[in-house]
Amino acid sequence: MNPASHTAQRLIELVGDRAQAEASVQTGRIELTRFANSFIHQNVGEDYVKVRLRVASEGRVAAVTGNHASEVALAQLVDDALTVAATQPVDPDWPGVAPSKDLSATDFSDPSTVSATPGQRAEVVSDFVGAGGDYLAAGYCDTDWLDDGFANSAGHRAASRGSRATIDGIHRTGESAGMGHQTSAALADLNGAAIGSLAADRARRGLGAFDLKPGGYEVVLGPEAVATTAFFLGFYGLNGKAHQEGQSFAELGATQFDDQITLTDDPQGEGALATGFDVEGTQKVHRNLINGGVTKMLVHDRRSAAKAGEKSTGHGWANSASFGPVATHLVVAPGSDSVDDLIAAVDRGVYVASFNYCRILDPKTQVVTGLTRNGTFMIENGEITGAVTNLRFTQSFLKAWESGNVLGVADDLRYADCEFGAGFVRAPSMHLASWNFTGGAGG
Amino acid sequence: MFDHASTAVEAALGTGAVYADARYLEARSEAIGVFNGSVQQLDRTESAGVGVRALVGSSWGFFGTHDLSSDGLRSAGRRAVEIARASAAVPGDPFELADIAVTEAEYETPHEESLFDVPLSEKVDLLVAVTSVMQEVDEISLANASIGGWDTHKWFVSSQGHRIHQHLVETGAGFSATAVGEDETQVRSYPQSFGQYETGGFEVVRRWDFLANAPRIADEAAALLSAPQCPEGEMTLILEASQLALQIHESVGHAIELDRILGWEAAFAGTSHLELPRLGEHRYGSDLMNITADATLHGALGTFGFDDEGTPAQRVPIVDQGTWVGVLSGRDSAAVAGLSPGGMVRADGYARLPMVRMTNVGLLPGDSSLEEMVAETKRGVFMSTNRSWSIDDRRLNFQFGCEVGREIKNGVLGQMVKNPTYTGITPQFWGQLDMLAGQTEWVHWGTPNCGKGQPMQVAHTGHSASPGRFAEVRVGVTG
Repeated sequence: MNPASHTAQRLIELVGDRAQAEASVQTGRIELTRFANSFIHQNVGEDYVKVRLRVASEGRVAAVTGNHASEVALAQLVDDALTVAATQPVDPDWPGVAPSKDLSATDFSDPSTVSATPGQRAEVVSDFVGAGGDYLAAGYCDTDWLDDGFANSAGHRAASRGSRATIDGIHRTGESAGMGHQTSAALADLNGAAIGSLAADRARRGLGAFDLKPGGYEVVLGPEAVATTAFFLGFYGLNGKAHQEGQSFAELGATQFDDQITLTDDPQGEGALATGFDVEGTQKVHRNLINGGVTKMLVHDRRSAAKAGEKSTGHGWANSASFGPVATHLVVAPGSDSVDDLIAAVDRGVYVASFNYCRILDPKTQVVTGLTRNGTFMIENGEITGAVTNLRFTQSFLKAWESGNVLGVADDLRYADCEFGAGFVRAPSMHLASWNFTGGAGG
Repeated sequence: MFDHASTAVEAALGTGAVYADARYLEARSEAIGVFNGSVQQLDRTESAGVGVRALVGSSWGFFGTHDLSSDGLRSAGRRAVEIARASAAVPGDPFELADIAVTEAEYETPHEESLFDVPLSEKVDLLVAVTSVMQEVDEISLANASIGGWDTHKWFVSSQGHRIHQHLVETGAGFSATAVGEDETQVRSYPQSFGQYETGGFEVVRRWDFLANAPRIADEAAALLSAPQCPEGEMTLILEASQLALQIHESVGHAIELDRILGWEAAFAGTSHLELPRLGEHRYGSDLMNITADATLHGALGTFGFDDEGTPAQRVPIVDQGTWVGVLSGRDSAAVAGLSPGGMVRADGYARLPMVRMTNVGLLPGDSSLEEMVAETKRGVFMSTNRSWSIDDRRLNFQFGCEVGREIKNGVLGQMVKNPTYTGITPQFWGQLDMLAGQTEWVHWGTPNCGKGQPMQVAHTGHSASPGRFAEVRVGVTG
């Protein structure tokens, strides 16, 4: 039993028969080495612990969170939770705690990440920086590992360990920038030199950029840009609570996308940064969210599942009562073409490596505004012919993936930064018939 | 309580740090969320820990720990030094921290009534009542209301002799009504998006009179479903004060952060269109534009006694009659730039590294009024309450969406319009500021969710603003 599980179980013992209760505990180490102007300027570590207890006394629900696992601290947390819950009105939608299920402890972590040192992260950074020569490098290399422990008053117990390591950065020339990104469960997998070379190459090719007239353009989106699209569709749309509230685009069983679009949430599949269960102790299950263009499924926590008459899919999180359950292991199914094939199929269009500062204007229509960043190029007659300054777009992500607008999906599936963090989405490059650029960023 | 921080600092010095500081924090927060009359969130958080920062040569290391034993604290100090030594493997140019006065001091946020002393039942009853009132409007499917706050004690110790204790109190609340139509959702919020947060206690919540405003907000959300779209084109734009506050936050506040200007945030948050050699001469906007970063404003969300490097809170001119004159800085960034440190370095909790953050970056009031601005506008749109925000990595090209617009024709406020958006380029846009409301319409708006840094940190910042008018702005951008 890991210390997180022990703490979770102790909390449930302390609550006893005074209330229904669920305890979720995370312990581990979070470390991040950050660089800019080609030197390490911020370098941090944290011994992480988070203890969360939710109690329901005759339907009166309260949650408390702390960061200490001593007997005194846990007893105080229990007293606080019960005291707060007692003052509450009955929550008519309280779904109860998860039933007991035999979930064996799982270890998805990689030893090279668990034992990572500041010196090893600095080596990855050094390789990234060195790959750019005189260019100015900026970015981060981080290593996280966390033990998750869960226990509830129904006798349910769960435990798992996971890890993640990322190198993410840019090279800057003074007038252009290019990005590179790699995420894995294993620090040993990270290749700072290769990712740095990719970023430097994009920066080099970004020299001499020109302002493109706004309008609708054919585009090839790199994995980061596709990951952002998938994240928005998942967060706002394929969310059981949003669907119940009428705020989602999702029409289950309807063909809402091109038949080349298949989107799954795959928490434990091959290559996943696996997680065993959610904050409610429910085992995370694979979801075929969109299959061949047809919207098939949503993700649920216990609350939205109860309303839908379904079982939780293990997508609860600390704020899912407010924001709804969220898919955090999204996979956009790859195609069979290479990225070069996608570019070769474009007569006149734009290649976009990544988006920046995307914000939704309306969740139902999925109209989003944002900008391109760190790699925007003109494609002419099937080849990248030059760099374009960053562009603003205002585009419905729903329409971006609708039937007929998806002209090709590449085979370069990998973890991509979706703008809201690393390790949430695996995505390939994608060729779209039209993307609505509404202005130039340069002024 | 200083001992926890001192132990970590001494351990860092004992293993080779040339400078070290540490913060011991005891923090608690409360968040209550009511949805359609039912409490769906009632979270209380308590945390305590030490964050220690060590400088070895010119390389930083930082470590945060919840282990408050002597061994745990000494280990954290040593770990910060170990991390700093690793930083030296990819070193920057040598620098020395900018000097500040060594201080032993106490500070407490002025407040009347702690959020934590108000009975939970009173807070829940208020939120339930607000959502119930909004649900009386047929078209309102989702009625949300929330109250939240933070109560933080910080004990700061540095190897130079600082010993500062602060007790910071921040409180806020807000509500929203969402009308769901066949192909759209429309939302209205009060007092602004994300609620209104200030330094102070529960008196902040009482002052905004939620119940009296709930029916109007619900009616407006419902009316938006059948309202015409915002017109497209270039025309006069009047921004309600909370939207202007976010405009300041995004297109001024972040752009003047010295770490961004120096390139330290290039990969994530971005850089800035501002260049240090042009400090004192760059035209940021019209003569009506006077911006200060003032961490001393009573009640504003970005107010404190000392920043997380021990620098006293201060009022720094940022834009003077349209000319850029100041930046947001800390001890290392100011030293690199050859400037005086501005006391703008803060961390999100004990386990995060202090970094340059906004304090209260606000636009000083003008001498007009909203009524006068409307009366003097031939054709335009009046936009209120932020719904979406996006700006590029140099803080130049922005596009904002608001919850509601009102057409203005020949000096008269006309029909409601939905999905209002506007876009522009920072210096041009601020150069088009031609009317600004006065002191009586000036509010210290709070932004409780400013994200920056890796690992991500969330800061609480303030932005004072009154309604403002901008000439010839592109509005009605659609997808």
